[in-house]
Amino acid sequence: MSHFEFKPKSKIREFLGEKIIFLSALSALIVVLLIFVFIFKESIPIFTDPEVQQEASIDKMTFQQQYYKDKPPKWSWQPNSEVPKYSLLPLALGTLKAAIVAMLFAVPLAVAAAIYTSEFASSRFREIIKPIIELLAGIPSVVLGFFALIVLATVIQEALGLTFRLNALTAGIALGLAVIPIIFTVAEDALSAVPMPLRNGALALGANPWQVSLTMVLPAALPGISAGVVLGFGRAIGETMIVLMASGNAAVISASFTDSIRTFSATIAAELAEVVFGSAHYNVLFFIGSLLFVFTFAINLGGDLLLSRLKLKLQGRSS
Amino acid sequence: MIEPRIADTPPPVDYEVQPTSFLTRSSGTVSKGLTLLAVIIIIAMLAVIIGNVIYHGASTISWDFLTSPPENGMEAGGIFPAVFGTVALVILMVIAVVPIGVLTAIYLQEYTRPDSKITRLIRIAIANLAGVPSIVFGLFGLGFFIGFVGSGIDSVFFDSGRPVWGQPAIIWAAMTLSLLTLPVVIIATEEALRTIPAELKDASYALGATKLQTIVRVIIPQALPGILTGGILAVSRGAGEVAPIMFTGAAYYLPYLPSKLNDQFMELGYHIYVMATQSPDVEATKPILYGTVLVLLVLTFLLNIIAIVIRSKMRRARSHAG
Amino acid sequence: MQDDTANSPTRAMFQVNQDGKLVGTGNKMKTRNVNFSYGSNQVLFDINTDIREHQVTALIGPSGCGKSTFLRTLNRMNETIPGTKMSGKILLDDLDIYHDIKDVSTVRTRVGMVFQRSNPFPKSIFANVAYGLRVNGVTDKDIVEDAVEAALQSAFLWDEVKDKLDVSANMLSGGQQQRLCIARALAVRPEVVLMDEPASALDPISTSKIEELIRELKKKYTIVIVTHNMQQAARISDYTGFFYQGVLVEFGPTKMIFTKPSKKQTEDYITGRFG
Repeated sequence: MSHFEFKPKSKIREFLGEKIIFLSALSALIVVLLIFVFIFKESIPIFTDPEVQQEASIDKMTFQQQYYKDKPPKWSWQPNSEVPKYSLLPLALGTLKAAIVAMLFAVPLAVAAAIYTSEFASSRFREIIKPIIELLAGIPSVVLGFFALIVLATVIQEALGLTFRLNALTAGIALGLAVIPIIFTVAEDALSAVPMPLRNGALALGANPWQVSLTMVLPAALPGISAGVVLGFGRAIGETMIVLMASGNAAVISASFTDSIRTFSATIAAELAEVVFGSAHYNVLFFIGSLLFVFTFAINLGGDLLLSRLKLKLQGRSS
Repeated sequence: MIEPRIADTPPPVDYEVQPTSFLTRSSGTVSKGLTLLAVIIIIAMLAVIIGNVIYHGASTISWDFLTSPPENGMEAGGIFPAVFGTVALVILMVIAVVPIGVLTAIYLQEYTRPDSKITRLIRIAIANLAGVPSIVFGLFGLGFFIGFVGSGIDSVFFDSGRPVWGQPAIIWAAMTLSLLTLPVVIIATEEALRTIPAELKDASYALGATKLQTIVRVIIPQALPGILTGGILAVSRGAGEVAPIMFTGAAYYLPYLPSKLNDQFMELGYHIYVMATQSPDVEATKPILYGTVLVLLVLTFLLNIIAIVIRSKMRRARSHAG
Repeated sequence: MQDDTANSPTRAMFQVNQDGKLVGTGNKMKTRNVNFSYGSNQVLFDINTDIREHQVTALIGPSGCGKSTFLRTLNRMNETIPGTKMSGKILLDDLDIYHDIKDVSTVRTRVGMVFQRSNPFPKSIFANVAYGLRVNGVTDKDIVEDAVEAALQSAFLWDEVKDKLDVSANMLSGGQQQRLCIARALAVRPEVVLMDEPASALDPISTSKIEELIRELKKKYTIVIVTHNMQQAARISDYTGFFYQGVLVEFGPTKMIFTKPSKKQTEDYITGRFG
């Protein structure tokens, strides 16, 4: 039998190819590290530069400051006033208010819808619901912000007789719309992942589908649903455009949800354009960015841990 | 001979099976109804938003609207530069994100064991990248691409005081967006790679092909639908994000179209944001505003629907082959 | 005069085949003390075999006994799975395929493989058969075309597909796809062809076509097949090895194994006492 001239494999090509693939794979890791480094880098002067610390130090950003000799100490965010004020509390409060409204609005709706989709819906209906939710997820946040600003704000203001058209409530509801798909997807995955034998056992004992859902499936899927809620909360904290357009952008400390608010993300977006490069204001904005990064990192890590624990639990049960 | 033993029957217990109470029986219907209500509410809200945008924006849409530049302070004319800028932006983004995302997915699926340390680290990074707030990407784009890379290029290659690359530019905005959409591409590609049966790869190896050859000749062609899905979803996401491009290159009004990589650009999402929040006369710009929103929405939805269709075809093919 | 036991040293023997040609029946491949583990789980224990040239060697045994795993060691396909450990020697013409041959591609082009379920690439019929040639650097169009035709002829498929070489391989029937995979393996002109249950997914007519093909192929190639179908093994093989729980219980000429097995386990399996 004649043999072909088989070319020997180029070891260099294999080696180079593998290295390029490996380096590309490291990209995600490198990017995360780079993001942290470069954002935190611009906030370091807060910790090291005494000139910056005159205006904005950790102390000054956290605790009440007496800005004027004849007035009592207060928390205030007013970077552009004659006496620059950098309290983070109004911003933190605003972020939390918007997030709370969003979660109160989104969690019941999303979880209930997930329960219906995975427990009661026919598979044809399921094939319709899930893409619709994906479409909702695909709406750009600037469009949701636009909708909140132009339509929702007016509706809510007229319905409730509010003073401020743009406030935590309005922004929070629009924010909830953005968060619903995240919670829904994760919760629905968790619910459908509960194995059939578990449900069939309960049904065979005479329980009706709702009892099965409430007593068996929901508890089993709880880690997954919680993970969805946690991830949704992470999104609510970090979301920018919706709150930038619909929350009123007033750094106010108040207990009311119908007052205007300022969130961390909106602050950065609104003020970065006019800030002087290298100034204390600049450093503080990057510091806020670092805070956001760390918060959402931690929240997402928590959510993922919950999800992986759920996966392990289900694998153990079904194996 | 051993007699088979019959188990003793348990003694009769004194109880009655209660008939299901009205509450129990009806709670099923009530809960079904309530959860269905939630689904309906969500769908209704989506319909309201879409309906509102179509109702107010449809009349503005015309060929002229899409192909002519804005006039009269955004109160008339079209949005062509914003459309152009958006398209240019996402094209640059796709060129950057798809190769890296695909290669990352290939590395995770073909080169490592699922439980290795490096795999877990990379996956944690991907999951967290997916959760980073978009404004943080904008900050990073400003601080890294413009402030570090761009300035660096300027100081090495250009001597004049004016920044050439160390300023907002479409290339930096595109690179920032590509970081944001990287997880989308990776996840979609991985989903496609997982559907490739091991036998197909085995057949290639058994004929003497190397891993690289198998990847290029068998694996990537087979994963193409998933890669396409990832690219489309990335484009859809990238076209809609505003915060990352606000400080890295987007502008509200430019008398020129971007023609160089370090030009600024107009963009649909950014246009909507500025017009909605900073127009001196909101009522006058409302038609254009709604028209722009409709264009962006149609664009995003079309892309998403195409991606969903491709993905479901892929999933159906996988279940047949398996 | 042939040696019956697996542990005997090689003796080059010759015999005249149907075409009147002198055909070597020495040992094309030998395995000595092969042990194999998936991680910490050992699945092959001290396997010693002689694979005779131009003969069909069948490996039989109940499922999970390690015969497919062993087959994959013969062309280093076990290396595609991470975390496996192999010890012992596997020789191809007296060359250790793990230690004496540097490039694994060389091993795999000399020892080809056909899989249990046909796995054609989602490419054209032509591209499937030409794949092995192209990845090994054969680019001359004429050489490739001739080689593809020759391979399809050898697999008894040429007449059925010669007019539709550009059609996707997925359009073929199950039996045709399996013959396509055989042609694909033959295109690189291996010396040994490993077949893992080549007909288990096929209907009886396609199966007998494959068996006829195997009988024809052994004139040019050395065949090792894994099968759970004992009648098939009895029909087409010259030598049979019986695997049980990772151990090669008995190995010898097929006639002997099936009529006068020397181990009780072999006899039990063959007579169907366990499956």
